[in-house]
Amino acid sequence: MYGLGLFKGLGITMKNLVSPSRQFNIVQYPNRRASPFDLAKLDNQNPVSFIATHPLKTFRSLLGLETITDRMPQHPNFRGEEFVWYDSRCTGCASCAKYCPLGIIEIVTGTSGVNQQEGQSYDIEVFDIDIGRCMFCGLCVEACPYDALHMGSGFEEGKYRRSDLIINVDQLKSAEKKPSTWFRPQLTNRGHDPIKGSTADWEEVGRHEKPSLEDQNEKWAKR
Amino acid sequence: MTPTPALFISFKSLQENFVTLIELIGFGESFGWLATLLAGISISFLIINVMVMATAFYTWFERRMIARFQVRRGPNRNGPFGMLQPFADVLKLIMKEDTIPDEADKPVFTLAPIALLAPTLMIMIVIPFGTFVNEEAYLSNLNIGILFIVGVTSVNSIAIFMAGWGSRNKYAILGSMRGAAMLISYEIPMALGITSVLILSGSLAMTEIVRSQSVWFILVMPMGFFVFMAAATAEMSRTPFDQIEAESELGSGYNTEYSGIKFAVLFLAEFMAPIVTAAVVTTLFLGGSHGFDFLPGGIWFALKMFIVIFGLLWLRSTWPRLRIDQIMGFAWKTLFGLGLFNIFLVAVEFTLADQFGEVVRTKGPEGGITATSLTTEYMLIMAAVNWIITIAVILIMANVVGRKKYTRPEPTPSPLANMGLGEN
Repeated sequence: MYGLGLFKGLGITMKNLVSPSRQFNIVQYPNRRASPFDLAKLDNQNPVSFIATHPLKTFRSLLGLETITDRMPQHPNFRGEEFVWYDSRCTGCASCAKYCPLGIIEIVTGTSGVNQQEGQSYDIEVFDIDIGRCMFCGLCVEACPYDALHMGSGFEEGKYRRSDLIINVDQLKSAEKKPSTWFRPQLTNRGHDPIKGSTADWEEVGRHEKPSLEDQNEKWAKR
Repeated sequence: MTPTPALFISFKSLQENFVTLIELIGFGESFGWLATLLAGISISFLIINVMVMATAFYTWFERRMIARFQVRRGPNRNGPFGMLQPFADVLKLIMKEDTIPDEADKPVFTLAPIALLAPTLMIMIVIPFGTFVNEEAYLSNLNIGILFIVGVTSVNSIAIFMAGWGSRNKYAILGSMRGAAMLISYEIPMALGITSVLILSGSLAMTEIVRSQSVWFILVMPMGFFVFMAAATAEMSRTPFDQIEAESELGSGYNTEYSGIKFAVLFLAEFMAPIVTAAVVTTLFLGGSHGFDFLPGGIWFALKMFIVIFGLLWLRSTWPRLRIDQIMGFAWKTLFGLGLFNIFLVAVEFTLADQFGEVVRTKGPEGGITATSLTTEYMLIMAAVNWIITIAVILIMANVVGRKKYTRPEPTPSPLANMGLGEN
């Protein structure tokens, strides 16, 4: 019948209002008010003993002054900001810079020479990524032949100036190594999950197994 | 006469108090006008402030409820449950720069918010809030109460047009053109809905309308209630009838160019409209301050207002915006017909009641008839008949108006569709 859909819609909205289960799916992103029960859960105490031991905190939380962070859990494949870059794996081939559709990666190499175990490599003098213009397509990560560049897993990287958004080589070196598993199935296979906080060293992130000593002797030393 | 409690405030009692006060101070009887003025000013001050505060909390309530209806959280940061949010909003708006566009018509632009707010507040003069003992209004028991309301609300369309015209902005003028067309169209069904009430009550005074409702008029004539509510929702230009400020098409309609305190006043008027409309609907159809004895009449009035406001919120949070031609079609094809049919129905039933001698006529002090009312039994019979007729008519109407056989046109093939693949 004509016009019945109007009432169907009214029924749905009323269900939203009445049924409390629909309200529990809401994530109040940066933080939310914490009830004494939430605080007790955080402290791994039962609520009664928490209220007895922390009367001030309980009072503050009843006034709505205590907050706890509340955010959606991210997938480990999340392409976050702050790239993860391994100095020891990078040869300075600048594949990432060539494949970047926006041309926002700038690499300058020098020949001062640090010999790595797998042959000659250049010194990276400049590695600037302009995050402000990056669209996180991940082509640079796909292009990297040595698995030196990975997407990061973090977000909330807001800055006050555009110039602060350019990541330089020192920041890349000193950043926390929590690579996203995006386009890196080997990380997933090894059980790496950046969201749970696991970090990965440069030796663990390659797509190839490191040859064993015997293998090396077989293939390389005897040749 | 029932004794008046201490809380009872009326214009008359305040005026008497001021007269005695003035005499105490030492002025003579020639200062009676001063007492009238003081009483009027103090009651107006009270009502305006109460209304503004009510509107502030109403905005909070509306945002919160609509959020819940749509599985969101409303404002929840400022104060307990976000209840201080309206104050934060107003503070922000007051501190913002109050800009006037260079090419704006400045007097019109400046006057428009006031012209929108004043009629909305003026309606509160005649609403019989059923203070604590009877159906008296706070300020004045005008004997043309409902006519006053109809007259005053039609100023709204002028104010909206002033706002759109004054700001010299194409979106604003488009919004206000739509507003003028829509508001004027919906005045007619609204007046038709009111007329059917007037046939039964026999008086234009709001207090008499309340007194004649021994059975609430929503039960006696649901069709009139439907017509009036639809028209009133359109009159305050809320979803599904918010073509005036269709955000997705017009920026925000007539208030595009407004900022600062002017914008605050515009929105104050806009959010006050549901409260005022709820008060009018309560008076006309929900029996005003009638209720059971364990609560005073004023509380019953507020409860009924709350229910009406809740219903309006429910509709607003659910239904999408109609197109402008659908809105105008709804006014002229559906509501106009329903309103006329409702008047016809009620008039026939009233005539029959007159034949059976079921009409009670109240004589005024000068011998003229001031109000009529039907006996309760007859009203209940009327209610039963009218509910059946209403449901039947609305179903028929929905099927007649709604049944449009749209034939899907034959899809025209793209000229590029078979390029290079032809049979020849």
